[in-house]
Amino acid sequence: MIDLSVNIGGLRLKNPVMPASGTFAEELTHLLDFNGLGALVTKTITSEKRTGNPMPRVCELADGMMNAIGIPSKGADLFIDKVVPFYRDFDSPLIVSISAPTAQGFAELAARLSDVPGIAGIEANISCPNLEAHGESFGMHADSTRQVVKLMRANTSLPLWVKLTPNSGEIVDIALGAQDEGADAVVVGNTLLGLSIDIEKGRARLGNFMGGISGAMIKPLMVRLTYQCAKALQIPVIGCGGIATADDALEFIYAGATAVQVGTATFIHPKTMNLMVNELEVFCRRKGISRLSSLIGSLDDSPAAAFGALP
Amino acid sequence: MIGISSCCKVIAVTPPNDTLAVVLSNEWVNDEYKRLVLQADGAACHSQPGQFFNLLCPSEGEHKPFFRRPMSTYKASPVSGQVEFLYKVTGKGTFGLETLTERQTLEILGPLGKGFDLDPQWRHMTIVARGVGLATLAPLAEAAHALGIKLTAVLSARSEKSLLSRERFASLGADVIAVLDEDGSSSLENIESVLREVIAREGSNALFTCGSKRLTRLLKRLSGELGLAGQVALEQQMVCGLGMCQCCVDVFEVDGLKIGKRVCLEGPVFDLEEVLE
Repeated sequence: MIDLSVNIGGLRLKNPVMPASGTFAEELTHLLDFNGLGALVTKTITSEKRTGNPMPRVCELADGMMNAIGIPSKGADLFIDKVVPFYRDFDSPLIVSISAPTAQGFAELAARLSDVPGIAGIEANISCPNLEAHGESFGMHADSTRQVVKLMRANTSLPLWVKLTPNSGEIVDIALGAQDEGADAVVVGNTLLGLSIDIEKGRARLGNFMGGISGAMIKPLMVRLTYQCAKALQIPVIGCGGIATADDALEFIYAGATAVQVGTATFIHPKTMNLMVNELEVFCRRKGISRLSSLIGSLDDSPAAAFGALP
Repeated sequence: MIGISSCCKVIAVTPPNDTLAVVLSNEWVNDEYKRLVLQADGAACHSQPGQFFNLLCPSEGEHKPFFRRPMSTYKASPVSGQVEFLYKVTGKGTFGLETLTERQTLEILGPLGKGFDLDPQWRHMTIVARGVGLATLAPLAEAAHALGIKLTAVLSARSEKSLLSRERFASLGADVIAVLDEDGSSSLENIESVLREVIAREGSNALFTCGSKRLTRLLKRLSGELGLAGQVALEQQMVCGLGMCQCCVDVFEVDGLKIGKRVCLEGPVFDLEEVLE
């Protein structure tokens, strides 16, 4: 029996595979065994109702997609009354992704959710590129990240994961800031801000103008950021970005991710995550590894031999 | 799973599955449309009229669709285990579908969405279909027949030659009225007078359409004016087809309020009453 379990800041997950926020919902239960997942991560909720962005909200790329959905939300009341009870039937921990327009708003929503039975943790989405003008968000800078994480930490004792953005050039400083202020883990990360243009119309393909790139095309970038953050942090890193197979997940795990999130792949193949867990077990068996967690950060990053000749 | 429909009769809804279907045939039915027949036992062949599938269309040359493509069920039979689609070759997804040959496979996710809702008390219903909208509405022929509801199908097309599915409706006892571009009978004004005449003569209880905004507006106006039930199947860009991604939302009017609904999950069939003009 191979042990696939991992530990994220005191929360034990039966395996490292979980959905990325915004790519998972109750309707998937027909196609996916929720109890076979390491955790269940909801679409981002806000306290107030939000309509979301203008159409079109998605467009396809050569090997991925862009979205600017804009976090439509039915509000926290409805979420607590209707959605949370649905997830109590499953034994995988429920992680609620939250967003708010202010640091105080993040803290208040985190506090409110802390009293709701059935919620195992909070993922603070401080990095959605589609909320503020041209991708601005709390997660773009270390100072604003510290401020929002500190306020949330003071208001909840639930495990607190902070979802970072690849759109900042200072992601390691931001990750360290989140760690210093009491985050239990960081998620690396959200989508990459892009702009896709319809040359016939001379307009952006998305109603929100810019949007977040996801899918296989961003994976090497996200593996690199995962590696850099994991090197610098003591808290766990959860890798995310273009993961569609166990091989993809293992790249992130070698790079230092303790767990992984699967997003875009579920849109194309809804059973992806269950299959990935099986494939991880097959990989461990083939390599003679009894505990998957022994692979975390096991990348051999010693320098290759110098080339040693002039052209 | 058992769902309660809006008129409170219990209907069986089969939860979706991702099925590896096998191509039985993929033939041209005229110079624009192809009919794809698949062996798809299990959940898929229980698709109800108005429901759809999200198809993992194969790549064809430079055409590599990243998303799946939603497509209405043209026919589904739990007896034969077969599912059929009728499609026009227009873009990346259908370029690939067009290349499928016998014994090749295709992943089809479904049945998805909420289909048409028929009231067994109805005596007569009228559908108005044009182009690929017909693929969505054709299963109403069998559904109406099974409930003993008389049906008139007003089929609109460029020419007599490009009329689709006439025989399918006729063989199940439906009256078929063809309105054509080539003789001007497909004008909105003429369709309206044809509809008024049919509704008055047959005592029609419900109106159905799909796709065309012009026809939807006409049917919404008529059903409102005459106090008839009315349903429309909407088309919208989709990604997951399951209600997760929130990209296929549209605006509806419910009790005077503007409400966003997901076409893939709360639809694709909606009451004409709640559709915005």
